[in-house]
Amino acid sequence: MKKKIGVYVCHCGGNISDYVDVEKVREEIEKDEGVFLAKTTMFACADSNQKDMVTDIAEKQLDGAVVASCSPKLHLLTFSAVAERAGLNKYNYIHANIREQASWAHSDDKVGATEKAIQIVKAAVAKVKRSNALEPIRVEATNAVAVVGAGVAGLRSAIELAESGSQVYLIEREFFVGGRVAQWDDLFVSNETGKELITRLYDKAMNHKNITLFTGAEIVENSGSVGNISLKVKVSPRHMKLNCDEGNLEKAIEVCPVEVPDKFNFNITTRKAIYHNFPGEYPQLPVIDMEHCTRCGECEKVCKNVDFSQQEEFLNIKVGSVLLATGYDPYEPKNDEFGYKTIDNVVTLPQFKRLVHYCDDKLVYKGKEVKNIAYIYCVGSRQVDGENKYCSRYCCTATIHAAITAKKKYKEIYNFHFNRGIRTYGKQEVLYDESSRMGDIYLQSFEDHPPVVSKVGDKTMVTIKDILTADKTLEVEADLVVLVTGMVPRQDNSIGSLLKVPKGRDNFFNEIHMKLRPVETVIDGVTIAGASQGPKNIMESMNSSLAAATKSFSLIAAGELALSPTIAKIDADNCEWCGKCDDACPFSALTKTDVNGKQVAVVNEAVCKGCGMCMPVCPSNAIELIGYTDDQIESMIDALVSTH
Amino acid sequence: MGAEKVNKNPKILVFSTEKISDPAIDMAGLLKLHYPPTVYTITVPCSSGIKPKWILRALEQGFDGVFIAADGTDCPYGESCVDKTGQLVGVTQEILKEKGMDPARLKMAAICSVCSEPFVKHVKSFTKYLMNSSN
Repeated sequence: MKKKIGVYVCHCGGNISDYVDVEKVREEIEKDEGVFLAKTTMFACADSNQKDMVTDIAEKQLDGAVVASCSPKLHLLTFSAVAERAGLNKYNYIHANIREQASWAHSDDKVGATEKAIQIVKAAVAKVKRSNALEPIRVEATNAVAVVGAGVAGLRSAIELAESGSQVYLIEREFFVGGRVAQWDDLFVSNETGKELITRLYDKAMNHKNITLFTGAEIVENSGSVGNISLKVKVSPRHMKLNCDEGNLEKAIEVCPVEVPDKFNFNITTRKAIYHNFPGEYPQLPVIDMEHCTRCGECEKVCKNVDFSQQEEFLNIKVGSVLLATGYDPYEPKNDEFGYKTIDNVVTLPQFKRLVHYCDDKLVYKGKEVKNIAYIYCVGSRQVDGENKYCSRYCCTATIHAAITAKKKYKEIYNFHFNRGIRTYGKQEVLYDESSRMGDIYLQSFEDHPPVVSKVGDKTMVTIKDILTADKTLEVEADLVVLVTGMVPRQDNSIGSLLKVPKGRDNFFNEIHMKLRPVETVIDGVTIAGASQGPKNIMESMNSSLAAATKSFSLIAAGELALSPTIAKIDADNCEWCGKCDDACPFSALTKTDVNGKQVAVVNEAVCKGCGMCMPVCPSNAIELIGYTDDQIESMIDALVSTH
Repeated sequence: MGAEKVNKNPKILVFSTEKISDPAIDMAGLLKLHYPPTVYTITVPCSSGIKPKWILRALEQGFDGVFIAADGTDCPYGESCVDKTGQLVGVTQEILKEKGMDPARLKMAAICSVCSEPFVKHVKSFTKYLMNSSN
């Protein structure tokens, strides 16, 4: 038990001392056996006081320290660091909160607040007396990262990690890489196409010896913890032999009798059951979609590389960290939302972009040439009634860019933008300027009066009460209505549930702190990048993917991890393995082990998170949580009820 | 302590949790939502890691009531916290009954990280209950 404890009672410049008699607290605590010195201070966190504490601890050889001040959320780390600077192990420092939980909570009762503050500090002293110096638990870390998703964000992260020296397993659920960006043509600002961008990244990734790409692959099991994560990956077969003849493959696609809606083109076209999304797509080998394949055998007749004998494979890989770059889905409008699926010339922005890709001289939709295009903004974003309250960020720019592209590509295109305020932030404003100069018409409404799409005879009309012309009701006859759909989380986000990554209110993966820890999640070792975290454009996805790669790398690069030592501890003498702790542990940190011929529970130090769920269920009270031992908690209870 | 004592200011021990209910209790202070100063807090990582023997110790040493400010479904260690906290409360209340003590001296409610007002409401009504009860 400690005998030389230093206690510092903070005035907090009046925040505490206006309601709590800090001098009385000091006097009372000074009487406590084991308290070597007790001081009051105007601001405990001030540099001068921190220096005094360091001097006290070092010169007087204090063996424990307590600061009674604000919430530990504000300054626990500050004073732990002071202790360390003075050569005192940080676990021999205990924080007492006499501001949020005494002076402020009881500013109506100065006597009561002072009494409570005395008891709180006594309890802290009781705890520090029973604290021990602890060292972080060091575990070996595997210098490998699983990057989930091979879109722009995943590819970019993989390259960065590989170049830093990590082994990378790039796991893509689809059979082709590139994600959403592979679906886009020209991109603002460079005019480089999405495909070109993906090709560059793909080439770079595939030329790096540290990167292994799996397509048609999904993580199905996960165990272990940061530094040592074991993953089971299911790899679905392409049903194609490697290194086959390109010519025959094209013939195989030609003879396939099955036609299904082509998801790559957002269902505006069809594809065969044996397919690639576009010629030259990576990996260049086509794939057989077994969900729709009828096994008619036509393709096998013309192409010897088709191989129906290929089976699902399961791979076990070991990584130190997982980086999620699983992207987004475009919002799917509800039936009849602005005429979607009920009026025949209403499409979404992604469909429109694919349409512009496929139409060469004339823009034709369902056999009719398109001249007047009405774009309805914020569909599925900034919803008043729906769940998606957020702005999807990319759509204003993407729409204006698509409108300009269409106008340049085809003759006599008239663009009408039914918006709720244009958000072409930063450099993207140039596009808005260009579109305005090209004669695009902007009409605007508030969220409570959205435009109305209706069918009048064989015409499709879009009507708006335009606030830019003093609420005049304006009408446009549209050959095509484009719903500017925003970004939503992936429909199948099961990887998030598997890894227990929390979601935010918008249902995208959630970071620990939006500003201060933007790519880490509460699951140690799991980082997030790109649009899996929320709507982002390509530039923003690149920023976050580089940040996530760096964060994943920094966790594991040293080959060793320092983990918190405040975990469960088993008293092997008292433990008679019954398995109740194992059942209670959500992390499978306890295992039955033979110790000197006796079956007892053993804690996996790298897996235990220190929650203590195993403790109340133990019938022989053989488990304690370091930092919250029976001795510590019970002495605190005693101190809180003691009379002085 | 004991049955004869008239509790003018019943003492309540709150077990709160580092990441969820502690911030709510801190914020109650920040907002100056007053509650009796005879309410004390001990912080633990998770409400499902509270040992029944700690609760018994508190009640036997002189606390009139114990309030568990549970993590609820927000628990960073997983949603099983809800059931497990409920179970330990149940077990402890059974022990209290066996000992002839009022099981209502142990109370639990989920207090989310911004649930300052519900916290204050709970400890005030618990204080009132303990004041009026003979135990």
